[in-house]
Amino acid sequence: MSFAKLATSALALSAMAATTAAARDQVQIAGSSTVLPYASIVAEAFGENFDFPTPVVESGGSSSGLKRFCEGVGENTIDIANASRAIREKEVAACAEAGVTDIIEVRIGYDGIVFASQINGPAYTAFQPADIFNALGSKVLVDGTIVDNPHSQWADFNANLPAADILAFIPGTKHGTREVFEDKVLLEGCEVTGAMEAMMASGMSEDDAEDACIDVRQDGASVDIDGDYTETLARIDTNPNGIGIFGLAFYENNQDKLKVATMGGVAPSTETISTGEYPVSRPLFFYMKKAHIGVIPGLKEFASFFVADEIAGPDGPLSAYGLVADPELAATQTAIEAETPMGGGS
Amino acid sequence: MTDASMTPATAPKKKSSLLVQDARTRQRNAAETRFRMFGMAAIGVGLLFLVFLFTSILRSGLPAFTQTVVEIEFTMTQEQFDTAESKMLKTGEYQKIFVNALTEQLDASGLDVAFDGKAIERIVGKPGGTIRSFFLENPDRIGTPVSFELAASSRVDGYMNGRITRDTLVDSRFLMAADLDLVDALEDAGIVKGAFNWNFITGTDSGVDNPGGAGLGASVIGSFFMMLVVLFLSLPIGVAASIYLEEFAPKNRWTDLIEVNISNLAAVPSIVFGILGLAVFIQFAGFPQSAPLVGGLVLTLMTLPTIIISTRASLAAVPPSIRDAALGVGASKMQSVFHHVLPLAMPGILTGTIIGLAQALGETAPLLLIGMVGFVAREYPETFLGGLTDANSAMPAQIYTWASRADPGFYEKAWGGIIILLLFLITMNAIAVLLRRRFERRW
Repeated sequence: MSFAKLATSALALSAMAATTAAARDQVQIAGSSTVLPYASIVAEAFGENFDFPTPVVESGGSSSGLKRFCEGVGENTIDIANASRAIREKEVAACAEAGVTDIIEVRIGYDGIVFASQINGPAYTAFQPADIFNALGSKVLVDGTIVDNPHSQWADFNANLPAADILAFIPGTKHGTREVFEDKVLLEGCEVTGAMEAMMASGMSEDDAEDACIDVRQDGASVDIDGDYTETLARIDTNPNGIGIFGLAFYENNQDKLKVATMGGVAPSTETISTGEYPVSRPLFFYMKKAHIGVIPGLKEFASFFVADEIAGPDGPLSAYGLVADPELAATQTAIEAETPMGGGS
Repeated sequence: MTDASMTPATAPKKKSSLLVQDARTRQRNAAETRFRMFGMAAIGVGLLFLVFLFTSILRSGLPAFTQTVVEIEFTMTQEQFDTAESKMLKTGEYQKIFVNALTEQLDASGLDVAFDGKAIERIVGKPGGTIRSFFLENPDRIGTPVSFELAASSRVDGYMNGRITRDTLVDSRFLMAADLDLVDALEDAGIVKGAFNWNFITGTDSGVDNPGGAGLGASVIGSFFMMLVVLFLSLPIGVAASIYLEEFAPKNRWTDLIEVNISNLAAVPSIVFGILGLAVFIQFAGFPQSAPLVGGLVLTLMTLPTIIISTRASLAAVPPSIRDAALGVGASKMQSVFHHVLPLAMPGILTGTIIGLAQALGETAPLLLIGMVGFVAREYPETFLGGLTDANSAMPAQIYTWASRADPGFYEKAWGGIIILLLFLITMNAIAVLLRRRFERRW
């Protein structure tokens, strides 16, 4: 009857669609939500300036992007993973196991990580890494001994900070930003306050002490945000005492709602980040499968376009949005031209 | 009864006259009044929330439908066109040409506000792409004056619609407080003005630095193709399954098990279908990522239980006498079902289908995993098949993407997108109600 006809035609239609869809003609990208804005700017310009279709850029975080990247080689896997941290040994191994061997690493520039709070909130205007560690570390040094973090207010350990309840919204572990936060702020603070030394004196190995240093407290004063910066912003909006961790570009886009704190006495800006004065910055990367070059149309062109001077250079649209241009961009451009994979340049 | 026995009996009963209420009646009536009050209060609270919701959606979303534009007429020379086309970043070159043209015109018009090219750059949005595609499509217009209406930057737009005021504006490389004087002067001169934002309805997604160029159109098409797949798969499968289960299947342990599982399936969170879709359709079957076809397949799985349950309910509502009459005059079981029961159950089936579709239309979670959320909806499909297989987004996914972007201009677009999505949902539900009203039969 008519339903049978409908069903058969629908099935035929989908079967037909599946066979014609065999060749994917646009680049597929996924990964870091920090890199996503830049990637989408480049993707839009790529679509407008070339005859290739606009690449698809998905979000999800560095780790989940790299995980998808390492699922294998082929048209139903992504071509490029964006990451706000370098790929880990473990991930390279996982990639190799799935057959993803020649990975081209592309550094697109640098991004600052800023500590910002509600514009009308307490005067969180100047932090040191030690302050953040004292506020958020799970074990801190108080009067010469390592104890579970007893601080409930910022003023408890630094009289210069406001007497407001500690509440911080930090990126969740699937974000690359978290790793930078741990390395450049928590670990640094741990060393400066002497907590690390005390931990090692109590018999911990250096690795264990480092792990203990970057462990954040679990009593609610530190909240992991697994979503994007907009989620952090929404949490800051409702919590006047809250401090959030943002990318520089996100903060600059929302300056009417947020005020930024200096770190180690340096205010974050593209200038202070490019000179290295502002301590909390990290390189941004994307990783590309060499095996997909020539298979997916426009992949190599997209990569070269991404790091071209007109795009990623100091006067390009990425800088205008907040990316700190990489002074060694020329080296990256040559590496893409030569399709040099990571690890020895073979 | 006699008068003698009547009088003593009626005397005490006089209290409970129908005209005078006794204490118990008053109590019962009061309880009823209270209950009515509670009911009305509950509806009132519900309505209040609804009004609150709609006003906040409309207030936040309506600005997305208007747009501050810079209206300017300028001539693109062949030489400029050739130079721009020879560059790598062609759109950036067009942008420069445009900014230069505007600067020259303002210089010539003698505005008494000091400004420089940088200020102009901050005021105009990112029109390079628009200008390039115009001249590529109309090469004969090169060398003649062309009038453009181009979107201003998102902060100028925010200033014009009141999101940004002089008090809240923080000087940044995006917009300086001094630029606002220029904007005011341009507005007086009629160069900067508000206009209806057609691009928002018909356009495609744009990069994060270009909120003025963002539109929902492509993702509406994505949603449309997904709904097409859902309709053409879930309606026949769902109806066939329900007819078999309701009319033909024997009642035994197996059909009971199937029945229970269909109800279970209806309660499965939609994200689970997304994971399933990723594993089965993309990784196993090799369908393309980000394709409305896969989205439609996933949503079909999600909609099937809804359709099966509502179809079975409307089949069961057809009185047995109709089947008996058909069988009685010699129709086969199948004839009785297809000639008599199914037509009578059709309004209910269609209503259930439309409500199932509306539910699927608003679904984002399963799309997250099959690559339809992100910077995807850039191009309109060129062919029907392309509509199914080319990367595209869907309305709710597009709204989600916009809501997570840094520029506050996109937040506005997200609310505007919600208005359009709601319009679609309300229309679909209205059709469902209409169908039910018009064709439903009661026995």
